[in-house]
Formats: sequence, structure tokens, C-alpha cells
Amino acid sequence: MFRNVAELVQLAESKNIKISQVMIEQEMEIKEKTYEEVLSQMGQNLDVMERAVAKGLTGVHSFSGLTGGDAVLLQKYIQRGQFLSGEMILDAVSKAVATNEVNAAMGTICATPTAGSAGVVPGTLFALKNKLNPSREQMIEFLFTAGAFGFVVANNASISGAAGGCQAEVGSAAGMAAAAIVEMAGGKPKQSAEAMAITLKNMLGLVCDPVAGLVEVPCVKRNAMGASNAMIAADMALAGITSRIPCDEVIDAMYKIGQNMPTALKETAQGGLAATPTGKELQEKIFGVSLNKNN
Amino acid sequence: MKYKSVFDIIGPVMIGPSSSHTAGAARIGKVARSLFGRQPKWITISFYGSFAKTYKGHGTDVAIIGGILDFDTFDERIKSALAIAHQLGINVTFSEEDAVTDHPNTARVKIGDDAGQLELVGISIGGGKIEITELNGFELKLSGNHPAILIAHNDKYGAIAAVANLLAKHQINIGHMEVSRKERGKLALMTIEVDQNIDQSVLDDLSLLPNILQVTKIVD
Repeated sequence: MFRNVAELVQLAESKNIKISQVMIEQEMEIKEKTYEEVLSQMGQNLDVMERAVAKGLTGVHSFSGLTGGDAVLLQKYIQRGQFLSGEMILDAVSKAVATNEVNAAMGTICATPTAGSAGVVPGTLFALKNKLNPSREQMIEFLFTAGAFGFVVANNASISGAAGGCQAEVGSAAGMAAAAIVEMAGGKPKQSAEAMAITLKNMLGLVCDPVAGLVEVPCVKRNAMGASNAMIAADMALAGITSRIPCDEVIDAMYKIGQNMPTALKETAQGGLAATPTGKELQEKIFGVSLNKNN
Repeated sequence: MKYKSVFDIIGPVMIGPSSSHTAGAARIGKVARSLFGRQPKWITISFYGSFAKTYKGHGTDVAIIGGILDFDTFDERIKSALAIAHQLGINVTFSEEDAVTDHPNTARVKIGDDAGQLELVGISIGGGKIEITELNGFELKLSGNHPAILIAHNDKYGAIAAVANLLAKHQINIGHMEVSRKERGKLALMTIEVDQNIDQSVLDDLSLLPNILQVTKIVD
């Protein structure tokens, strides 16, 4: 069993297999299941992600009215062809937003690694699908690779906004996605680790400050930026750029930053954007009372 | 290691919006239902901390009732769980508590019918993972992620050994075990997490052992 990214990469390199295969083999061993059973279970998660993206792209709105419809706006913008950054990045962003808009509207999603950060991994995966034409099995492998890196973060740091801030949720999700993008694009295990490190380094310190405590503002747009961050970092790693700080040390830094982060900035709706005049106004409008009354 | 499976990371499949406030709440409800073993006639939920402040926006209320109705985290019926409970004639009450708890996402669940009642405290620790920290007044630590056997027994020597022996005879491996008691020599509770689901015949055998008062199970 691998305990950190260095061991994960080492396992893949020594056996000359992909990161996804290392994760699949470990899951088979722990759950005493066959290769087909483990793949089929992940396939079900893939189906849920695909349906969530499709539903989000039809335009959904949350009960609070805070979020919804932005995935559609982006898709229409892409179709007009006047975009500045890049079609695939914007496609990934719109599909990440689509997933989180469905989540905010109490639709069905697959937590990757959490519900609040559920858009990043499927957003990038389904944007990549158009460019690389992966098989269904390769798409399932993408999720195992993402899962392998998330597994290390969850066990050595945290994937909870309440414990580590948004860097632990969207930051982890973006790092997981970057590593999986690299593998799908034909990169080496070590390059996946570099992509994860580069991504997470640029998400360090990100606080969890949801308006009214709801998984909507700024969560939906943070998933958008997580997806774009993952794509850029993957490209950088595939170009041969490495992180001066090893991936495991970046994860450790994220953990320690999370421990030092004030509670007001860790999913309590007490600080950051939640504590802005507009944030507080929205909160009172939605719940009828201030959430801060007991604090 | 806190997280053992890749499906703790890529998963669960769930109704949004929050893995902790929605999926976790549904799982707490489902453990209560599983332990009670039948549909209750009344449900009383007390929310603490972040749960108390944001439960309406997160659908924590419908999710926990959905769990008690035996719905999974991904069951679309969760959204209308309150209406379904009402149709089934189940009396549901919620209260928001001001008391400070150890964990920000805490719920106390009381369910019952004419034949009996059950009370537990559950916390939602992130990513949909939960722990049950109290059951009928006993402190315990139960993840709900593995099949588990809960055994109410007299706090007497030999009770634990007899249970462990019987499980060994059935070739059932114990992954985690805890014993909690309210008072020395009185009522105690064994919590045993195992690797595979347990047949009813094993539970029947366990309940026949000396000093064993009640045996219930939680399925995976």
C-alpha cells in the first residue's frame, strides 16, 4: 500500500504500469474484489458524472437562487467563437460549473473528493474526451488516477473545507485532475506528480468562506478556476517543467497551512466573502436571520 | 489511515449540495434506521453547530429523514423525504440547539414506535464520512462504513470472550472492537466492526450466549 506520492510513483515505475493500475490493484486487494468488479463500480460513478454534466448544461438553478445558469452562458459564449483563452479550457470550466450547479440544486453528483469540489475532475475529464477520444476504460482509469492522488491527500492532509479550507477541497480536486490529465495525455507517473504539485502550490492558502454557509458562492466558481488551473499545470508538466518542491512536501505544506487557518475561514460562514456586506445581506435574505447570532 | 478505499475519494454518489451536510446526514439517518430495524412512528431530530445554522439550505433535514426512511445518499426521493414521511403517518420534529458540541456537524436522532425507541448521536466528518458517537446513552465510535454488530450485554467477565470465540468459530474477522459501559457491573455495549456482512443465524447464536441481552447489526 502506498502512503505518499513518492511511493505511488515508485510503485508505478518499478512495475512499469500506470498510476491508475496501482490504484486499481490496491483496491482489488483491500476489498477482495476482481478487476472487473472494481472497474464496474468506478464506471457507475463515471455515469453519474456524465449525467450531472449533461443536466447542468441544460441550465439548472438552486433553491436559494444564488447559483445556476452559468454553464449554459459559457457554452453559448464558446459557440460564438470569440473567446480569448482556449476552447478546451473553457469547455472544462463550463462542465465543472455545470456539475456544481447541479450539486447546488440538490441534483445527483459524485463527490470528487467532496460535493463542494465535485466539478473539477469531471469538468476536465469530459473536456478532454473531445480532444483525446479516450475509450470508456481510459475514462475510468482517469478517475482511478485522480483517486490515487486524492487518497494520499486525504490520508496525509485533509479533503475537508471545515478542516483545511478550500485549498483542501478544490485545491485537492484540481491537483487530482491535473495528475489524471497528464496520464491520459500519455505523460509519465512522475509527470503526474509534478502536475499535482504545480497545481496545489497555486491553490495554497485558499480559504473556505461560503456565503450563508451554502455550497454555492464562491464554490461553483472556485471549481471553474480549479479546472483551469489543472489544465494549465498539466500542460506545464507535460512540457517537462518540474516543481522545485516535491509533491509530498506541497501536500504537507497545505496541511499545515490548513491547521493555522483561522476557524472563521474554514466553512463556518463567519469570514471572508461570507462576512462581506453583500454576503451577509444574502444570508439574511435566504434564512431570514443572521447565521452569526450565536457567535 | 483514515481513508482506505479509492471510493472514499471518488464517491459517494449523492444528492447535493454538501457531502458533509447532506450525504453525511443521510448516512446518520440510515444507521439509526438500520439499528432500529423497522420504520419508526415518530422521529425527533436535534441539530447542533453548523448543522443547526445551515440545515435548511443544505437539505440536512430532508437528508436525515431520507436516511431514516432507508434511502441511500443517491436516492432522488431524499428531496421529498419530509413529504413521504408525512404520507406514511410518521410524526417528525426538528429542533435547533445552541449547546456547543465537540464537532461542528452534530445531530441527535431519537426514533421510536409503540414497541420501543432508539437514540443516537452522529457526527459528519467530511466527504460524506460519518461517525456514531453515542447510542442509547453509551459512548462509542462507529463509522457506518463497515458491517457492524452491536451487542448489549451484562458487564460480566467472559461475555466478550464468548462473543469473540463464536465469531472465530464462524471464521468472521474483527476489524475494530469497542466496549462501553455506563456503570461497572451493569449494562454494557460491544461494538464490533467486521469485514463481511453477517448472517442472521450468527446473530441468533450470539443472542443465546450467557449475559447477552440484545444483538443488532448494521449492514454495509
